Amino acid sequence: MTNHWVDIKNADLVLIMGGNAAEAHPCGFKWVTEAKAHNKAKLIVVDPRFTRSASVADHYLPIRTGTDIVFLGGLIRYLLENDKIQREYVVNYTDLSFIVKDAFAFEGGLYSGYDADKRRYDKSSWDYELGADGYVRTDPTLTDPRCVYNLLKQHYARYTPEMVERVCGTPKDKTLPIWDLIASTATPTRAMTIMYALGWTQHSIGSQMIRTGAMVQLLLGNIGIAGGGMNALRGHSNIQGLTDLGLMSNLLTGYMTLPNEAEQDYDAYIAARALKPLRPNQLSYWQNYRKFFVSFMKAWWGDAATADNHWGYDYLPKLDKPYDMLQTFELMRQGKVNGYICQGFNPLAAAPNKAKMDASLAQLKYLVIMDPLATETSEFWRNAGEHNDVDPSKIQTEVFRLPTTCFAEEDGSLTNSSRWLQWHWKGANPPGEARSDLEIMGALFVRLRALYAKEGGTFPDPITKLSWPYAQPESPSAEELAKEYSGYALKDLADPKDPAKITRKAGEQLAGFAELRDDGSTASGCWIFCGAWGPTGNLMARRDNADPTGIGQTINWAWAWPANRRVLYNRASCDPAGAPFDPARVLVRWNGSAWIGADVPDYKADENPDLGMGPFIMNPEGVARFFARGAMAEGPFPEHYEPFETPLASNPLNPDQPLALNNPAARVFADDRAAFGKADAFPHVATTYRLTEHFHYWTKHCRLNAIIQPEQFVEIGEALANEIGIATGARVKVSSNRGHITAVAMVTKRIKPLTIEGKTVHTVGIPIHWGFTGVAKAGFLANTLTPVVGDGNSQTPEFKSFLVKVEKA
Amino acid sequence: MTLQSLDIVRRSATTTPSPRARGAHTGEVAKLIDVSKCIGCKACQVACMEWNDLRDEIGTCSGHYDNPADLSAQSWTLMRFTEYENPDSGHLEWLIRKDGCMHCAHPGCLEACPSPGAIVKYANGIVDFHEEHCIGCGYCITGCPFNIPRISRKDGKAYKCTLCSDRVAVGLEPACVKTCPTGAIVFGSKDDMKQHAAERIEDLKSRGFANAGLYDPAGVGGTHVMYVLHHADQPQLYANLPAQPKIGAMVGLWKGAAKPVALLAMAATILAGFLHYIGIGPNETDERDEEAARRELEKPS
Amino acid sequence: MADLTRRQFLKVTGATLVGSSLALMGFSPTPALAEVRQFKLARATETRNTCPYCSVACGVLMYSLGDGAKNAQPSIFHIEGDPDHPVNRGTLCPKGAALVDFIHSPNRLQHPEYRAPGSDTWQRISWDDALERIAKLMKADRDANFVEKTADGRTVNRWLTTGMLAASASSNEVGYLTHKVARSLGLLAFDNQARV
Repeated sequence: MTNHWVDIKNADLVLIMGGNAAEAHPCGFKWVTEAKAHNKAKLIVVDPRFTRSASVADHYLPIRTGTDIVFLGGLIRYLLENDKIQREYVVNYTDLSFIVKDAFAFEGGLYSGYDADKRRYDKSSWDYELGADGYVRTDPTLTDPRCVYNLLKQHYARYTPEMVERVCGTPKDKTLPIWDLIASTATPTRAMTIMYALGWTQHSIGSQMIRTGAMVQLLLGNIGIAGGGMNALRGHSNIQGLTDLGLMSNLLTGYMTLPNEAEQDYDAYIAARALKPLRPNQLSYWQNYRKFFVSFMKAWWGDAATADNHWGYDYLPKLDKPYDMLQTFELMRQGKVNGYICQGFNPLAAAPNKAKMDASLAQLKYLVIMDPLATETSEFWRNAGEHNDVDPSKIQTEVFRLPTTCFAEEDGSLTNSSRWLQWHWKGANPPGEARSDLEIMGALFVRLRALYAKEGGTFPDPITKLSWPYAQPESPSAEELAKEYSGYALKDLADPKDPAKITRKAGEQLAGFAELRDDGSTASGCWIFCGAWGPTGNLMARRDNADPTGIGQTINWAWAWPANRRVLYNRASCDPAGAPFDPARVLVRWNGSAWIGADVPDYKADENPDLGMGPFIMNPEGVARFFARGAMAEGPFPEHYEPFETPLASNPLNPDQPLALNNPAARVFADDRAAFGKADAFPHVATTYRLTEHFHYWTKHCRLNAIIQPEQFVEIGEALANEIGIATGARVKVSSNRGHITAVAMVTKRIKPLTIEGKTVHTVGIPIHWGFTGVAKAGFLANTLTPVVGDGNSQTPEFKSFLVKVEKA
Repeated sequence: MTLQSLDIVRRSATTTPSPRARGAHTGEVAKLIDVSKCIGCKACQVACMEWNDLRDEIGTCSGHYDNPADLSAQSWTLMRFTEYENPDSGHLEWLIRKDGCMHCAHPGCLEACPSPGAIVKYANGIVDFHEEHCIGCGYCITGCPFNIPRISRKDGKAYKCTLCSDRVAVGLEPACVKTCPTGAIVFGSKDDMKQHAAERIEDLKSRGFANAGLYDPAGVGGTHVMYVLHHADQPQLYANLPAQPKIGAMVGLWKGAAKPVALLAMAATILAGFLHYIGIGPNETDERDEEAARRELEKPS
Repeated sequence: MADLTRRQFLKVTGATLVGSSLALMGFSPTPALAEVRQFKLARATETRNTCPYCSVACGVLMYSLGDGAKNAQPSIFHIEGDPDHPVNRGTLCPKGAALVDFIHSPNRLQHPEYRAPGSDTWQRISWDDALERIAKLMKADRDANFVEKTADGRTVNRWLTTGMLAASASSNEVGYLTHKVARSLGLLAFDNQARV
């Protein structure tokens, strides 16, 4: 979230699209009901189904799954054509005035530089035009035909309300009043928030859907303000924290990135990430990358990380390609992976195409499970009848299952969607012999290190030299680790302005990332968390819920990254001179000598606004980007591509270019492509989702949750039910080209057929949550049906749009 | 907790008056359920079971969101889901009502209950069942205009929502109220809840629900569980919420003309009833005693 | 009497009979000491925690048996929302409100287990055995398949034949330590639920 949960109460308008906050985040959704009750806010829900969120919305619009870019692109066109944009905001705080290279082009659904064989773009033309001074050329009048504003206008000219109706199935007469309502927030005194979740991420064009939403918010001046923002409602309690800590195949901590194998030179690796400003006097905060990186390497390898060995640069593995989950299971299926460790992760249920998952896991030599519960993955080898029809005698994988603690049985912090790190405390011992993940990882590492010390082995240095200063080496404590990722001084630190003055003693915790140095004198395991455990102690454990300004900031409750800032880009809530756009909801303001207010300023704290520093300090431009340059795989502006399993034969926006039917830059493995189904055999559009009564595949192990939602079902509209001749409560068979499930049919008025390109399209809703372990009624893993293809950038599987056939069971 | 017994203002099947010196001078309590804010998440169902140490059966899916399918001795509250296509607006509405005891000011269950002290009403308005006195006759069910109490198969006794009298007794809100994610369920003095309802109704009217209103039915003397409805003119839309609930005629009779007749019948059958209760147990009393009553009644008629 | 059916009438008198029978058995017609249920949290230990499910991160209060004395084994018997928490303000959704059944789920794993190749059952093993065997399997695979240099001489120091998925419900401290261990071994096939 750019903003945070409580801040939603400041909104005048709430758009829930690509998510179902009432269903999946009920206690966060309360701030929507607060905005409605006490801020006279209106709630708009756009969703293929009339959801629990829709049940309390002021306006609901249906949409075909996977077509959100068309709807939002239409909205962008509407805002531009009707000049419903916050002009002062977009001219000063975005790249709309920037001039783009002449070579950049878009034609027939493809951008310049496409290589159809590699399914990849050469992105060199996707960039700004630089002037003689080395900075980007701009045209603040927005008249240059090559400025981003005009390219944007041109790009979305095709996204007419009629096109929206044809592709999304959302009737024009219902859409236009909603767009008008959204446009009302272009004034500085009205705020709209967008709340989204996996309904946007789980598409082959998911990242671009989110970008389109962000572009709408920028045009309306809704980013950086109270009650505004782009608010990703993350799915798990610490998915934010684990991503912040870099537990992804291509990341290091704090969104630093692992080197590619071509990056053999350390200084070049740093230079490519420490981006220089593209406009005069911009902060371009990533210029400090070397400080973050060196402090990180010191936290991990301590004395073994020196200037001479480039702080242990060679200890880091180098990438030749992404090793995301889909790639890894593909390699596993090919027999190229021998061992796999699942720590609190149930990939048999969570990854697409269960049949492929079964086949892949069976290729392993060893599988290690760490979990508090008996997951399906841990028992992938067990025959559970129709729900897991495998032959154990043919599966040669050794499986170790290690019992772990749950939340109630351990201390530590979790990072929520608001980026708050909150400390929690242990209340009881775990059952039986269960151990915490810290004890397991600690004991496993200590054993490995001992084996390498004793026997030697391949490249033992990064293991044997890993800094391991914990009082009980087999059981590092949460406190020790929190202090380490937050960071501390390794030597006495002198004030750069007055070398006689020592600002931190060696060993002292650091207050924030501004204190990090690139000479090896500071250690911080995760720079964006620096200060969480500061010189005054554990700020994550703070419990002062005072909200003196009444806009819900509570900045002394727990600790938020970065720098305890609660609303990102909050500098953009003020006009260029530093006065709040909306005096009724002030986050920060310039008082003539400093930035002050209810939040920690997202800006250089004493920067005079007249000097022109932009509010988007992480971007070398200093402003927000409509034109993504080379940051996205499929192009600088979001373009609609159909889901990989689509009911349509061509992309209505680019009907003459077959390469533009689906995301041209998405990676698809050959076996997965062969497993795609076609609309003639699988005519119904399916989407998977969570129910509020359950959490993924955990709560089916909890009796109370099993009681309130006991048995697997699928939701189908009355029209489809009539077509196949079934009543609610009957059993149906739902098949895709990858397998089938049977379940109870819930026949509902909440799913209506849509008319797409003149033909009727039925949506089928498939809740996840059931499986072959648990106390709820056994069911099929929903991923029996889903296709293997990821978003072109994040590789998030396309769980929200695929084709099935529903018939009487 | 004995102080609560002194705050009992009514007691089933008891002719001696309850102590009345003390009263609810700071107001009776009420739970207000704003149906327009409810997302049907069932947190109230779970919090109710969790707090009250209940676990209903793991049922099946019948093709509806309602689970369990009905109230039971283990499920004292339940979300009832109705899909309603509003003919005036043309909009689909998903009406979700939390069902459960309404804690009537004139509780039909208490009126009907023949077992002394099995049903009580506290000065604060809560109507509570004391299962140790319950004989499982089921008359509370007949007496209830909202069809709420349920007899347990485990012990043959009647159960329903207590409005978490154990929590309220120590100054806490009921479990369902506390947990409600969207603030659809609120709790306080009945006056405060009516005021809160008035604000909600004004907001709903501003959003086009011209008939929004409060459900606090006069037929049972008002209730300590009230609803804000978007369509207060049609309560039956919400899974057959009664438009004008009244205590059943036969329950009213207990207080009126039938009472002398009944007393007469009672005198002649005391022994039979006693022996029956000892020998067969409470589950069976209903049918057998009715048999005895029929014989007696045939004489005067 | 007119709108009273015979059946209803009988019901009334039946009720009367039951009441009178009970009175005869010794139930006093004067008020008994009717009490509300005992308040079950009166002296329970309260511990503050965070709901482990979605990213709202609601504050929860866990109530456990015992007061922390050495001889008392704490057991959590009730969980409700933390009213001081600025986001949930005491509320919990149906998942959070049911957390006590997660802690006490019959499917909580109790001890390390091993499934042998081709077997259809688990066998119990000790922690020492489990960790020792896992460490040896990992080392053998790493030593055999670790890539120090590519064919064209680039230093890459990666281990691709073992992978790991980390849990996005585990704490930052667990995540940090897990990352530190995994990367020090050279793992690249390393992910969390952020992609699903």
